[in-house]
Amino acid sequence: MSIDRRVFLKIAGITTALGLGGSTLINGLKKRGLEASELPFAAKQGGLTAKRWGMVVDMSRFRNEHDIQRVIDACHNIHNVPFFKNPKHEVKWIWTDTFNHTFPGMESEFMQEGLEEMPFLMLCNHCLHPACVRVCPTQATFKRKDGIVMMDMHRCIGCRFCMAACPFGARSFNWRDPRGKDENGRPFIRKLNPEYPTRMKGVVEKCTFCTERLAKGLQPACAEESNGGLVFGDLEDPGSELREILRTRYTVRRKQELGTQPSVYYVIGGNDNV
Amino acid sequence: MKLYDGGKIIIGIIIFLGLITIPFYFNAGKAVAPPKPKLDTPVIQALAVKECVKPKEIMRAEHMRILDDWRNSVVREDDRQKIVLGGKEFAKSLQNGCLKCHSNKKDFCDKCHTYMAVNPYCWDCHFTPKENRS
Repeated sequence: MSIDRRVFLKIAGITTALGLGGSTLINGLKKRGLEASELPFAAKQGGLTAKRWGMVVDMSRFRNEHDIQRVIDACHNIHNVPFFKNPKHEVKWIWTDTFNHTFPGMESEFMQEGLEEMPFLMLCNHCLHPACVRVCPTQATFKRKDGIVMMDMHRCIGCRFCMAACPFGARSFNWRDPRGKDENGRPFIRKLNPEYPTRMKGVVEKCTFCTERLAKGLQPACAEESNGGLVFGDLEDPGSELREILRTRYTVRRKQELGTQPSVYYVIGGNDNV
Repeated sequence: MKLYDGGKIIIGIIIFLGLITIPFYFNAGKAVAPPKPKLDTPVIQALAVKECVKPKEIMRAEHMRILDDWRNSVVREDDRQKIVLGGKEFAKSLQNGCLKCHSNKKDFCDKCHTYMAVNPYCWDCHFTPKENRS
């Protein structure tokens, strides 16, 4: 069978029109998703809000290991963060390391006594320009309007690009099922908080500045538990306690030279008020 | 046209068809009872007005979409506005909302999910109420 140009164009035209029209029609007929506004909502509740959340870690307030462990436990317990003995499987939201590892490049030949051995508290820096967010292929990690770098666990595909991108080691991959048990039959999650979900094997997790607590008007768990060692507040609010500390004390940030603009500041000096 | 080994082939085809249609013979004439999710948890029984966020028919067909909407608005937009039902406030949450009333996952969620052979992965992370937490 042979067709001339006229017939061919007619068929092509009709097919295109049918194709486009058909899909529009089907999409139009398909039942739309439910409008959220149709639900019987309660009045808006006041949570803590800010333009850009930040934190100051005042190392002079942490006298011993116990003070630090209390803060770490407060966070890890309410967020069902599992404990894995194998350091390669470690999952952490807030943790410690030495000065040299916390502030590489700032160490010197003759340093203040005790500084090198001091455990520095670290957590996600909630950077202004987060490298993890730029590389995430599914937007599972994203920056909220209030500056918090948040995780949407439902979207995480476990590619670990964010872990490679984050210069601060703030992200942990779940190599094992966090709900499992170790060889002694002890669950990896030491204390279950039934109000908060766990994660599953194959997703990346990290500190979220306790978004679920902020919504209830509470400070992040670590700041609440730290007796003033961790000060949480709005970096964009000149009247905040946080800005008062930044104004009056000398503070440093981790790896500033990388340009990610961390929102976590450190006061390292002793208790001598400058 | 000649079919070589026709007898064997035709018998083979008949046996093959017989085998793969076994499930149909097996269940022929038997209607599998549609699932009846139970709504008799203590919390629901104590409710004065027994209503969900949407009527039953909509919840049946659309609950997964509602949960998806909630997830996006809570996690991504930080919109945690609560929902009022019969004077009580409920969080837009599976674990801390729906399951507060529907505390019988086995007799509620699983009933239909098993019937429909769907396997939602909610429970990999979200806790089920105490009934079957190990």
